[in-house]
Amino acid sequence: MRVKIGIIDYGMGNLRSVSNAVQAIEAEPGFIADPDGLSAFDRLILPGVGAFPDAIRQLRQTGMDQALEEQVKSGKPILGLCLGMQLMCSGSEEGGYSRGLCWFDADVARFPERLNLKVPHVGWNNLLQTKPHPLFRDLAGEQDVYFTHSYRVECNHWEDVLAWCDYGEPFAAVIGRNNIFGMQFHPEKSQRAGLTLLRNFAGEDIC
Amino acid sequence: MLKKRLIAVLIVNNGQVVQSVRFKHTNAIHYDAVHAIECFNKWAIDEIIIINVARTPESRNQFSDIIYRISGECFVPLTAGGWITDQDYADTLLRSGADKLILNTAFADDLPLVRRLFERYGRQCIVGSMDVMRLEDERTTVRVDRGRKDIGIDPVQWACFMVENGAGEIFFNSMDHDGARKGYNLPVLSMICDAVTVPVIAFGGVFTWDHLVEGFTAGAQAVAAANIFHYTEHSTRKAKRHLIDAGIPIRRE
Repeated sequence: MRVKIGIIDYGMGNLRSVSNAVQAIEAEPGFIADPDGLSAFDRLILPGVGAFPDAIRQLRQTGMDQALEEQVKSGKPILGLCLGMQLMCSGSEEGGYSRGLCWFDADVARFPERLNLKVPHVGWNNLLQTKPHPLFRDLAGEQDVYFTHSYRVECNHWEDVLAWCDYGEPFAAVIGRNNIFGMQFHPEKSQRAGLTLLRNFAGEDIC
Repeated sequence: MLKKRLIAVLIVNNGQVVQSVRFKHTNAIHYDAVHAIECFNKWAIDEIIIINVARTPESRNQFSDIIYRISGECFVPLTAGGWITDQDYADTLLRSGADKLILNTAFADDLPLVRRLFERYGRQCIVGSMDVMRLEDERTTVRVDRGRKDIGIDPVQWACFMVENGAGEIFFNSMDHDGARKGYNLPVLSMICDAVTVPVIAFGGVFTWDHLVEGFTAGAQAVAAANIFHYTEHSTRKAKRHLIDAGIPIRRE
């Protein structure tokens, strides 16, 4: 039986890239716009390209926020990608302040000016794993993945950080707690390394 | 650390991948764009930019259909553009599998559109493309509308303007260098890299792998080429080997 992976469709971003990648790891993708449809899937992905305030508003208006909350409680593995990871946090300073889904005790903030960096952080950068995790199976050594973002996640609990990335200073690239995970980069656009991460997320021992 | 990027550009005219020489597109390279993508995907390219240069907007649906077909094979970032004149078409390209939008003429003709796209998809989704040309009096100015219209503005000023108005990256091309095999327009490239706070992609004129190194030395975060990649077997791998040997930090596969 193929693992069924539901991709949350809340009108933001290019879902086709994610669904192409899910197909490439031989899982079965499906798009979900209806909050009642979540339970039919084994795994959920919360994708996202766009601005935080619009995205969280969309999730709330459709009732998707509460439906996702129930799935989190049921123990189903859920993965947030890029903006999707940021939405899982307490809140973001993008476009004023917006409250997030509050699954992680973490804030989303712009790369600070004091670092004097080109922002957005665009391109391939390597992961620094903090501990062994089923998510990182078959990913030994230095792995580059593709980032494109202007805001970063600042975790209040370091143990939530599964991998750092360095841009000016370390920031959270992969976060995880029990059955919820977030990746600041785009595994669906990170060739072999990205597909391996997604395959591991679909694996039985992920949580 | 953040790696420098090597980008392949596909110039598409009426559904075919074509060679570009000073913005003239007479020679077809691939009759099917999907085939070109299959090669690049295998050859460790870091990103793909695909631009529709057809002379008329009727080409838009055929182009978004190509994006749909190639995105199924493409597991690196895909940036698409050409004839993005309304939000619906931008949505169509993104839904077809593009990750970023490349906008050029819109920055001169329709800033409200740029603003709507920027607010909806975020700065990281908007690549501001600029074409420059050197005039007889030695001044270099920016041209829009597939190089047909001189807007008489200084390149550095225009790059800063695009960043202020939502561009998350700058894609820099010089018409005099396009297809001319003499490398990038380094003086102007270098001034733009110094002036803007977002990553700059160098394009136009690459004929040797050393030209790529020159782009990085001038300050670009990414170097792009089109024609040269199509004519050599495993070309992107060879390019990367050359960059690694030159000490440029680049993603290895």
